[in-house]
Parts: sequence; C-alpha cells; structure tokens
Amino acid sequence: MNKTISNYIQAHKQDILDQWIDRTKEEADERVIRLVSDRVFNSTSKEFIDLIISNFKGTNEEYTERLTDFAEKVVRLGWPLTFVTKGLHTFNLIVFEGMQKEGLVNAENQMDMVYEFDRWSTPMNNEIVSVYSSTWERTVSLQKIALQELSAPLIPVFEGITVMPLVGTIDTERAKQIMENLLKGAVKHRSEVVLIDITGVPVVDTMVAHHIIQAADAVRLIGAKCMLVGIRPEIAQTIVNLGIDLNQFTTKNNLKKGIEAALELTNKKIVSMEGAK
Amino acid sequence: MDIQSCVTIINEWDIVAARQLGRNVAKELGFGTVDQARITTAISELARNIYLYAGKGQICIDKLYDGGKAGLRINAVDSGPGIKEIRQVMEDGFSTSGGLGAGLPGVKRLMDEFEIDSSPGQGTQIKATKWLR
Repeated sequence: MNKTISNYIQAHKQDILDQWIDRTKEEADERVIRLVSDRVFNSTSKEFIDLIISNFKGTNEEYTERLTDFAEKVVRLGWPLTFVTKGLHTFNLIVFEGMQKEGLVNAENQMDMVYEFDRWSTPMNNEIVSVYSSTWERTVSLQKIALQELSAPLIPVFEGITVMPLVGTIDTERAKQIMENLLKGAVKHRSEVVLIDITGVPVVDTMVAHHIIQAADAVRLIGAKCMLVGIRPEIAQTIVNLGIDLNQFTTKNNLKKGIEAALELTNKKIVSMEGAK
Repeated sequence: MDIQSCVTIINEWDIVAARQLGRNVAKELGFGTVDQARITTAISELARNIYLYAGKGQICIDKLYDGGKAGLRINAVDSGPGIKEIRQVMEDGFSTSGGLGAGLPGVKRLMDEFEIDSSPGQGTQIKATKWLR
C-alpha cells in the first residue's frame, strides 16, 4: 500500500466514513434500507470502513479473519453482494476525490495513483466476493443436509403396519431415498402394510407418481402391501386429468382411514375399553 | 394488457421456482384450489420436460385479459433437440425416458388450450392456457 494513500485515509477516517454513509444511502437499493435500522446500518458501515483500513494496518491473518466475520454478518443481514462491492468502489472514489482536492493526486502522478488504487482494491474485491460466496455455499449445503435429514422417515405404528409421511417437493434425489428407506424399513419392521402419506406433497406430477408407483411395486415384491393415503381432492383431480393409473393401489383420502383399512388387512381391531370414563 | 414473468430452467430446483411462480400468479388471478393444482402440475410437467430433454430453457407465465375474461398462459421455450413425432408424444403412454408417458397429453387435459411447435434441432415451444371461469 502506498504511504500517501494510507496516511490520507487514516488522517481523514471520520470524514470519509460520513461521506461514505451518505453516498451509500443515496445509492443503496431500497431493499437494504428497509431491511435494516439506521443504527445497524451505521455500525455495519463503520465496521466495513474499519475493515478496509485494517487491510493496510494489521497483519494479513487478522485481516482475513475480520473479512470472514464481516462477510458472514452481511450474509446474515441479507445484504446483497453488490452492496458490498459497490461500497468498496464508493470508498475508493471518495478517497481519490479527496486526495485530488488536497493536491495529493495531480496530473503528473494520476496514472500511477490509479494503478496503485487498483492494485490495492482488486485483491480486496476478490477476497470479499470469494468469502461472501463461500459463506453462502456453506449455508446452502447446510440447508441441504438439514433437508435430507427430514427427507423420508419410515415410522412403525402397529405391528406389521408402517407409515411413511412425505412432506414437500419430491425430486430425483429424494425419490431415490424414499425407495431405499421404504424397502429397508419394510424388511426391518416386518411390515405387512406400508402406508405412504402424501398430504404434504404440494404437486403430484407424472414424475412423482411414477416414483411412487415404482416404490409400491418394489414393496409388493418383498411381500408387503402398499397403500397411498392423504390424496387431497385437487390432487385427485389432477391425477385423473393426467391419466395416471393408480388402480393397483389401495388409496384413501387420509391417514386415519388408511390405518383403519390396514388394521383390517392385518386382522386387528382397536376397541374402546369397557367401563372407562 | 399482458404481464409476463419468467423462470430459467437449468436444474431441478428451478422446476420448483417455476411452479411457485405459477401458483402465485394463479392465486392472484383468483383461480380456485383445483385449478391452481392443475396449473402448477402442468408447469411442473413442462419444466421437467425442459430439464430432462433440453437441459435448459425458460418457463414464462403470462396473465391474459381478453375482453371480460382473465386467464393464465404458460409459455415453455427451449432450444433443445426438438420433437420428431409430435403426434406420438401426444399419445398416452409414449415415453423415451422410461417415464409414464402421460406428461404432454396430461398437460393438454389439465389446461384449456394447448399449442405445440417443435421440429428436430430447432427446439420446442409450448403454450398452454387456462381461462378463469
């Protein structure tokens, strides 16, 4: 970092910060302004400027650590990346213009100064983008794992009767898991009847239907019976419109009816206790 | 007056995004739950076709206002391999991917109007409209 520039920034820190906040607020997306209070905005802005300044004060490690912290905070606040990169650009502009006014940048050294600025800000820009995107990547992959965890559980409810409640969109990945869990679980719990509950599946298109039919066929091969429950009226209509044949299935409109039918199939009955209050 | 919004289909999750967009527009226009389900299912089929066969394309949802009628049009466009025998794919049970083969004829039944334009190597364009009754 060029001495002249760093000296200038350190001497005019407060001034630069005020100007930066004003300008950024003017240019910032409404989304950002609405999202955060003035206090958060100002303190985060200050942190951002401090971060830029620490770039040429502290050691490299300190700087990277602070940058990671900051990126994570910005991601949590939901600020767009352009806000940060634009912020850096604005910062450069303010410093450059300020230095021009003081005559530190003149016609003679202008080109050198521009290069100097570029040498300093490009790596920082890259660093911010890469930290920012890797923070996002981590968030997404964590969510993916969380999603997988609630993917397709198989729940034994009575001897010989198991339920698989499906919630949310079924994609190829999940369809594979459903099939695996269904077969593994049906064998493990010695199921005679397996109920697949699709109450929580928002859309049943041909692909989803195809996967369910395949799963049911496989369940039949291992000697259990598969029942499809939780078919909402609108889903029933779309299935008919699509012309999907679910004739080889027993279907019920809710889990309760399904369990009743399953009990009957396994020769079981639930009776109320006599004399109970 | 037509208002349009689009979703680019590149991966499987974009199908969900397209569906969500369709459902929101359908809700806004005042479609009932059954028609909402029909529209989202149709979008799901068309988007999945793009994902499976063309790899990349676009689903656009238009709001239509024609006289006193309001409607929703799904516009599915891709520049994939195209369809050789349109008559064949509109038959129930025909599939090149081992699926159920109910996708396109199903969409036609789910919606009120259906238009398909495709030739090999030229990509495919499908327009499917549902009118609000």
